[in-house]
Amino acid sequence: MFTQRQPSIRKKASIGKLDLIEAAPKLNIEINRNRIARRLILNNSMRIVFLIATSLGIVILAILLYRIITDSIGWLNLDFLRGNLSIFPERAGIKGVIIGSVWLMLIVIPVTLVLGVSTAIYLEEYAAESRFQTLIKVNISNLASVPSVIFGLLGLAVFGRMLNLGSSILSGGLTLSLLVLPIIVVASQEAIKAVPGFLREASYAMGADKWMTVRKVVLPVALPGILTGSILAMSRAIGETAPLVVLGIPTLILRIPNSVMDDFTALPIQIYYWTLDTVLTREYANLAAATIVVLLAILFGMNAIAIIIRNKFETKF
Amino acid sequence: MPIFFLGMASVSIFTTFGIAATLIVDAFRFFSEVPVGQVFSTNLAPLRAQPSFGILPLINATIIVTLIAMLVAIPIGLSAAIFLSQFASPRLRKVLKPVLEVLAGIPTIVYGFFAYSFVTPLLMKLIPDLGAKNALSPGIVMGIMIIPMVASLSEDAMNAVPIILKDGALALGSTKLEVAFRVIIPSAISGIIASFVLAVSRAIGETMIVTIASGSSKVLTFDIKQSMQTMTSYIVEFTSGDAASGTTGYYSLYAVALILFIFTLGMNLLAQYISKRFREEY
Repeated sequence: MFTQRQPSIRKKASIGKLDLIEAAPKLNIEINRNRIARRLILNNSMRIVFLIATSLGIVILAILLYRIITDSIGWLNLDFLRGNLSIFPERAGIKGVIIGSVWLMLIVIPVTLVLGVSTAIYLEEYAAESRFQTLIKVNISNLASVPSVIFGLLGLAVFGRMLNLGSSILSGGLTLSLLVLPIIVVASQEAIKAVPGFLREASYAMGADKWMTVRKVVLPVALPGILTGSILAMSRAIGETAPLVVLGIPTLILRIPNSVMDDFTALPIQIYYWTLDTVLTREYANLAAATIVVLLAILFGMNAIAIIIRNKFETKF
Repeated sequence: MPIFFLGMASVSIFTTFGIAATLIVDAFRFFSEVPVGQVFSTNLAPLRAQPSFGILPLINATIIVTLIAMLVAIPIGLSAAIFLSQFASPRLRKVLKPVLEVLAGIPTIVYGFFAYSFVTPLLMKLIPDLGAKNALSPGIVMGIMIIPMVASLSEDAMNAVPIILKDGALALGSTKLEVAFRVIIPSAISGIIASFVLAVSRAIGETMIVTIASGSSKVLTFDIKQSMQTMTSYIVEFTSGDAASGTTGYYSLYAVALILFIFTLGMNLLAQYISKRFREEY
């Protein structure tokens, strides 16, 4: 009796069989077996479908890299890295562009580290569980979702016009800093949260005050996590284009910037202009591809450093 | 020290206020100069002697490109999430996860170049009357860009489902597929839908891919083979020097940006609400 009830879990199978149940338990097993086979086939075929969907990522990444690298072959060489910008594709080089990106990072790194880590320390150590913490948390998650082009408009209005910095390195760097601030804050918060409570208590027990505990105990332990987060934020900043375009970075600058108040161009901007101008000069597509290779090499390098830091210095408690 | 940290922490609040103030002040000037009837018309011609600022073509283009992106990103992203959380062996997962992370870390300008110089020519071979600038190619590429986001957020939601539910279903004889669709997805549905909403928000705000590959045609059209201008690429076109500061055309970009800001903010709040309101607690 008990074994015969089982198939009635499924309506379809049970209706036709009601009169057969007493007569033919054998048939019952047969139907069951077929159904299990069907379910397994469906399971395995969907598994393959899902696998293909997931592997699409690898395929697309491979096509993208292959395409960009083949386009850049013959164009990416030492002269290209050392040369100055030029309207003639054969003579163009991106030394000034790389220097522009480096200048930007020299602004973004200190500004975001100070702002981001301080915010995280305040949220986790001083204002834990307060209403202000909730406010800033909600605010930061909303800021993270604001399109980057709108940060460009903020930069244009506040840094470009109000503080009269124009489209200088300082203006661009500060704009990018605000853009990636949420990333560093969240990463630093996670890192600080992961510092076990007993370390703090031990520090207090030894007579240290809060600031000393933060400085000598919490920050050193949280440092690898903070650094990893910062590098990821930097790799976001270095590839960001829209806010800089909105700031009004000029199309072609032949001079190499040598202070934060100078106008500049950066890797993503140069890729943008060269891609747009392929309509005029075909070879600009190759220059864009070669610049992309440089940008991606920097990005992958930064990510590799982040992974190394994470694996090497992560302390387990 | 606490006061110093408090000051630093307030910068994020000031940033939000700064954005809101910048957009609202200049957008207000725009709305006081241009009648509302014209704003919600289909006639967009900001640079003509008799300019017209109908915003509907921009909104239409944004929605169309976003739809195309979602048609790519949601099925593939969700499949990837199901595969990674339910089917993949730990070893395979260790290979696939970083690849998705790399895809997510590639700058959008690179995707823009890819759309314009690879995907569009490829699609032209399949669809002969496709324009050199069109909505289809950036839509697809944007979808590809968003796949990792949908995959990783949905996977997080699926991994948060207690293992006992999964093990219970497996012990009753379910296949992994049945576990995924009858146990895991229903339990993680709030997180999964939240990931879709965030993906939409990301697509709406995406700038460089559409600016490069979709062009700047301001005609209202539903034909994805044609060039169309989204809200974001309108902003880029106008800040790169087409409109002098102080003109109505200049203020129009702040009005567009304000609408964009409200859209994405609304989407983000909606995602937070969904994941909080419909979360299954265990």
